[in-house]
Amino acid sequence: MSAEAAQPTQPTPQATITAATDPTVKKPLLRIENLVKYFPAGGGLFTRNVVHAVDGVDLAIASGETLGLVGESGCGKSTLGRVIVRLQPATSGHVYFKDVDLTATRGEKLRRTRQQIQMIFQDPYASLNPRMTVGDIVAEPLKNFGVARGRKAEQRVQEVMRVVGLNPNFVNRYPHEFSGGQRQRIGIARALVLNPTFIVADEPVSALDVSIQAQIVNLMEDLQSKFDLTFLFIAHDLSVVRHISDRIAVMYLGKIVEIGPGNAIRDKPLHPYTKVLESSVPVPDPDLEAARKPILLKGEIPSPVSPPAACRFHTRCPIAQQICSEVEPPLEKKADGRFAACHFPGQL
Amino acid sequence: MTAVDGIDFDIDRGEIVGIVGESGSGKTMTALSILRLIPEPGKITSGRILFGEKDVAQMTDEEIREFRGNDVAMIFQDPMTSLNPVLRVGFQVEEAMAAHKRFSTQQSRDRVIPLLQRVRIPAAKDRVRDFPHQFSGGMRQRAMIAMGVSNQPSLLIADEPTTALDVTVQASIIELVRDLSRELRAAVMLITHNMALVASLCNRVIVMYAGRIVEEGPTRSIFKNPQHPYTWSLLRSMPRLDETEKERLISIKGLPPDLGRMPPGCKFHPRCKFRIDRCMTEEPPLGEVDPGQMARCWVLMKNVQDPEAVAQK
Repeated sequence: MSAEAAQPTQPTPQATITAATDPTVKKPLLRIENLVKYFPAGGGLFTRNVVHAVDGVDLAIASGETLGLVGESGCGKSTLGRVIVRLQPATSGHVYFKDVDLTATRGEKLRRTRQQIQMIFQDPYASLNPRMTVGDIVAEPLKNFGVARGRKAEQRVQEVMRVVGLNPNFVNRYPHEFSGGQRQRIGIARALVLNPTFIVADEPVSALDVSIQAQIVNLMEDLQSKFDLTFLFIAHDLSVVRHISDRIAVMYLGKIVEIGPGNAIRDKPLHPYTKVLESSVPVPDPDLEAARKPILLKGEIPSPVSPPAACRFHTRCPIAQQICSEVEPPLEKKADGRFAACHFPGQL
Repeated sequence: MTAVDGIDFDIDRGEIVGIVGESGSGKTMTALSILRLIPEPGKITSGRILFGEKDVAQMTDEEIREFRGNDVAMIFQDPMTSLNPVLRVGFQVEEAMAAHKRFSTQQSRDRVIPLLQRVRIPAAKDRVRDFPHQFSGGMRQRAMIAMGVSNQPSLLIADEPTTALDVTVQASIIELVRDLSRELRAAVMLITHNMALVASLCNRVIVMYAGRIVEEGPTRSIFKNPQHPYTWSLLRSMPRLDETEKERLISIKGLPPDLGRMPPGCKFHPRCKFRIDRCMTEEPPLGEVDPGQMARCWVLMKNVQDPEAVAQK
């Protein structure tokens, strides 16, 4: 293990390298260890069902990088994002931000740390209070954290509105007066106003038209280099994720099945699910499309209330063997900075 | 307000035509006009919609009812709101046939399970008695397609059929539409905002902007050699999975025009990086730029030097 991985906060020195202690991730800003989030899912009086939304996730995000988190509906990617920013408490596991364990910290220390972590939401219609002016929406975090008020807050709001490409004279307007793309800019301004170091963006462009998507993607890239931001970019669209991310983590049914540099994930997927995703995404080129054939999955995604034993993908995997239904493959380090959880990596 | 203005196009049997455009470009309105389903108080003020020899705009109520479902079927984006939640899926497929009387009651009943099998609903014999909520999103869309093709229509209109679905499910629905169009020799009109989907499925593309066709042509020409600045920018505004070097996306400044306040001249000129003075006063006609390819532009991309540099400015 390199010196990088030997974090002072690491509870116990571990013998094996996990995705959380990956030494190739220089200066990890965020480290997630065995994170679990279950939700109650009804059930009867004596039986209690739980949704295994996030089920043992290890992850490290380097300072200044964009980590893309991709997966299909219900895979737990949004829950993971929400648990990281503590919008929801973790069931178990740890989220270390710098050297603070967010899952075990309370009070003033949590507030100070939490201030550096912000979130951008998917729906620019639902995530802005329609009764508040844009100025008040963007200023709210300043008030909540007691950072600035009055004239100082106003100045900061105008400054940050300019940064995201909104006219600062619009502070007294209401969200309904803005288009979808402009509303997403308001959401980004709100996330930036506290000068955070880390931003979780949950499907920030999927509700927008293509031409507007590009505006927001470019804006996020500009902001990242300008303010040295670290992003966790959550989306279902592999094309967008690959474009914006340095590394990509692929999630299936509450678990990360593969992590690696964006181009490597696309060009040489190790996990069969990554391969299926890659083959299913159409590219805007009729010649390439004529030559491509999507790998179609059998069946439906299993319920996260009772996920399959061992490898969760084995029920639908085109190359599953006996062992896949008996032994769970750990998310292990492979060549060139990659991790994959598969008994037969790279064989599909 | 004019939502759709002077649209001319035709679709042949067995052809798959993609209609692309962003929200509000008029692509759905065009499709709804074909079925005369424009929501009140909208109406077709001029123009003809010929289906074979018949003009849809002149059909009687009885004729239009026959025409919908029998000759043309439509598949919508959200299968949950298009299926009746309190009726069994099999019954709804049967009802689609009963409504159009192409098949007898017994025939209709016998055709339900084979239809569900044909759209690849697994264990169709058991699932025929399920209610829509017991189906996943992909399965509901398959059931909708089964209803759509139950009367063997010659035109299938699919309005964003996969937008609400996951990408692995989308891939299988697209394969299904491709196979069915071949089997039925039906024409397919795919309405979508997803250019990549068009590249994978369609023979021909119609690009719409502000209620007009701005470019149309064979898929390959449109993707390899787009001539309208809107088509060109749209293709470069989307991140592509096959991109080798990280290129900055081209963003189209501003928003599509408000239907009530259309700009003079070319409707795209306020957002166009390649405009000339003429574009601001005079609307260009849809003219042929290459055999089979038409574009509505005074400039045309082939006359622009280093478009990447101009667009990034």
